[in-house]
Amino acid sequence: MTTPQPLLVFEGAARAYGETVAVAGVSCAIAAGSFVALVGASGSGKSTLLKMVNTLVRPTGGRVLFAGEDVSGLKPARLRRRVGYVFQGIGLFPHFPVAENIAIGPRLTGEKLPPERIAELLALVELDPALASRMPDELSGGQRQRVGVARALAGEPELLLMDEPFGALDPVTRDALGRKVRELHERLGLTTVMVTHDMAEALLLADRVLVMDKGALVADATPRALLAGEGGAVAQRLVAVPREQAERLAAMESLGETRG
Amino acid sequence: MGDIWDILPGLGDKLAAHVVLSASAIGLAMLIALPLAVWAGRSQVVARLSLSLASLVQTIPALALLALFFPLLLSLRAVFGEGLPTLGFLPALMALTLYALLPILRNAVTAQANLDPGVLEAADGVGMTKWQKLYLVEAPLAAPFIMAGIRTASVWTIGAATLATTIGQPSLGDPIIAGLQIQNWALVLAGCLASAGLALAADWLLWWIEVGLARRSRGMTFGGIAVTLLGILAALWAQGTGGEDRRIVIAAKQFSEQYILAQLIGSRLEAAGYEVEYRDGLGSGVVHGAVASSSIDISVDYTGTIWTNYLGRKDNPGREVMYETIREWEWRTNGVRVLGRLGFENAYAFAMRGDRARELGVTSLTDLAAVAPNLTVGGDPEFFERPEWIAVRDAYGLSFARSRNFAPTFMYNALQSGEADVICAFTSDGRIATDRLVVLDDPEGALPSYEAMIMLSPRIAGNEGVVAALKPLLGAISVEAMREANMAVDREDAEKLTPKQAAEGLAKAAGLAK
Repeated sequence: MTTPQPLLVFEGAARAYGETVAVAGVSCAIAAGSFVALVGASGSGKSTLLKMVNTLVRPTGGRVLFAGEDVSGLKPARLRRRVGYVFQGIGLFPHFPVAENIAIGPRLTGEKLPPERIAELLALVELDPALASRMPDELSGGQRQRVGVARALAGEPELLLMDEPFGALDPVTRDALGRKVRELHERLGLTTVMVTHDMAEALLLADRVLVMDKGALVADATPRALLAGEGGAVAQRLVAVPREQAERLAAMESLGETRG
Repeated sequence: MGDIWDILPGLGDKLAAHVVLSASAIGLAMLIALPLAVWAGRSQVVARLSLSLASLVQTIPALALLALFFPLLLSLRAVFGEGLPTLGFLPALMALTLYALLPILRNAVTAQANLDPGVLEAADGVGMTKWQKLYLVEAPLAAPFIMAGIRTASVWTIGAATLATTIGQPSLGDPIIAGLQIQNWALVLAGCLASAGLALAADWLLWWIEVGLARRSRGMTFGGIAVTLLGILAALWAQGTGGEDRRIVIAAKQFSEQYILAQLIGSRLEAAGYEVEYRDGLGSGVVHGAVASSSIDISVDYTGTIWTNYLGRKDNPGREVMYETIREWEWRTNGVRVLGRLGFENAYAFAMRGDRARELGVTSLTDLAAVAPNLTVGGDPEFFERPEWIAVRDAYGLSFARSRNFAPTFMYNALQSGEADVICAFTSDGRIATDRLVVLDDPEGALPSYEAMIMLSPRIAGNEGVVAALKPLLGAISVEAMREANMAVDREDAEKLTPKQAAEGLAKAAGLAK
């Protein structure tokens, strides 16, 4: 595998809340241009690890380097402009119209996005540019998360962080938006880290899957390798679920109309 | 009640004072509560502490809260000097501000606590600083709820501001308290209508702003704010044109006689070319200190009141010694000049309905003691706390089945309706004669004398023009003339007089009319 310069490096990154250890010293490097999925059960520490990157969570040990710099030394507003963030809560500002929601990041650093750029960003996530003047509560759930993605891309980030981005969406929308994000990742040359508890989603979208369990990194492999049975027990237990589902569906299909 | 419509237009200056006071109190409460709410949003300790304190303030009756600021400010004069006002706008503002804190604070804290956590995470996620998060996200989203708190505070404050009258701040409470006292229901109703109207108008305007904020309609929000500010500015302007050079301020406590005597004194000073201002309906506890501190210039007080309340004496050395002792004490300790006695007494006396007294065979306090365990005694709100009551009770061994408090004017109605069997009346009260009441003898001499005196504040103690204008009143007012004047004000038929008219009659009776 060719390894370009890593964009993101975790060096023994740890976070404890009192006695409770959420992340227990994770070390790994993420290459520029890769699409990494961070998978694990609830409470495995995957969201906490992700939030250390844009300093929503401060590490209690170790450090996180972004493009070679320790993130704790960077101004949050500047850092977060370079790091797009999409999460399950979406968190559109209900008192701003869509255009202002999208333009908020650049606005904080003193830049005003022109309407053409807003239209371009809306088109990027396959939304009608006429939605720019709508308020968030006039949109469907899927449209809202598309605006959330557009907002994350507005500052032309080098890195896109996604925390369970499609968790609240219906399966059809979820699938469509997942493909869209993967396409944007390619087209814009992004580096993407996506937290998900859904191994199928991780296998289908990412080029590299990190598996976390009880705050530690227990597997680091390509989807192909995971499907081939690598990565250890925890990872294989997660892979088994979609595989078994797929097998059952296939079996059902082969039985055909005779059943039922 | 057609006269309400004659009274209402005359309430303009009270309305203006009421608006300025209420608006200042709410404005100040917002300045305190909003930053406090932001702080509370970041610290559980601050949230709990500030809300508990604000709730504690709410448990104090508004009337008591207002009155408490008088001694507080008086003691603060040691720090800020004699210029610190102890009555009027300042204490009223402070009390009402405290009162308005709770609804604003509680709504602001609740609004913050209930903001969508997803939206707050997004604010952090896009890189907002704490300040940007506050003014771009938290404040606009909490604004409609905060506005609802401000609305509640406004309605409360406008209502409670009517009580500011009792500490010498002009307000729409002036006609209410004066009207209750002299049983002029049109006056009471006019005051209530005006303050209720004001509260409704404020509520409606602020509702307009609240809806504007909730619908994010700039037109509604700023329109509402503009109209509210215009109203406050108009009130300020109306007040500002009143002229601010210091006039002579005359106090009246909350009973008819005080209103009449204040008018009598005022009319004589006006005739002598002075400008006067009345502070009617003051709580009797604040008047003495107000005169001593020159917040008020002239009051009529009673020897027995000063003797027991301020000299702390319980003995009864006879009227002349009492008067001379008080005169000397006031001058030496307070710089207050006791100008002289008006000639009548308004002492406490126990009175019963004639038929009831005969039926029970009671003519003196000694007789009363024998039947007291089956009777109900009525007194004004302060009476049962006063040393006179304790002195009489102990001298005769009085022990009643029940004691009840009534406002002075209602006490007589209670006696007529049988809600009280015996009341502690006042000797100058006109209703003793009209209701054919029996005043019980005091063979032990337990009740001290209550001679009416004119008191001058240190500020005008040496003003010979004022002294010359008021000297003719000394010794000129008989208890009969005073009773008649009081009766004319308290009665409820066509011959009912205003305190001003009664004062003219009193002047005539005293041989002072031109």
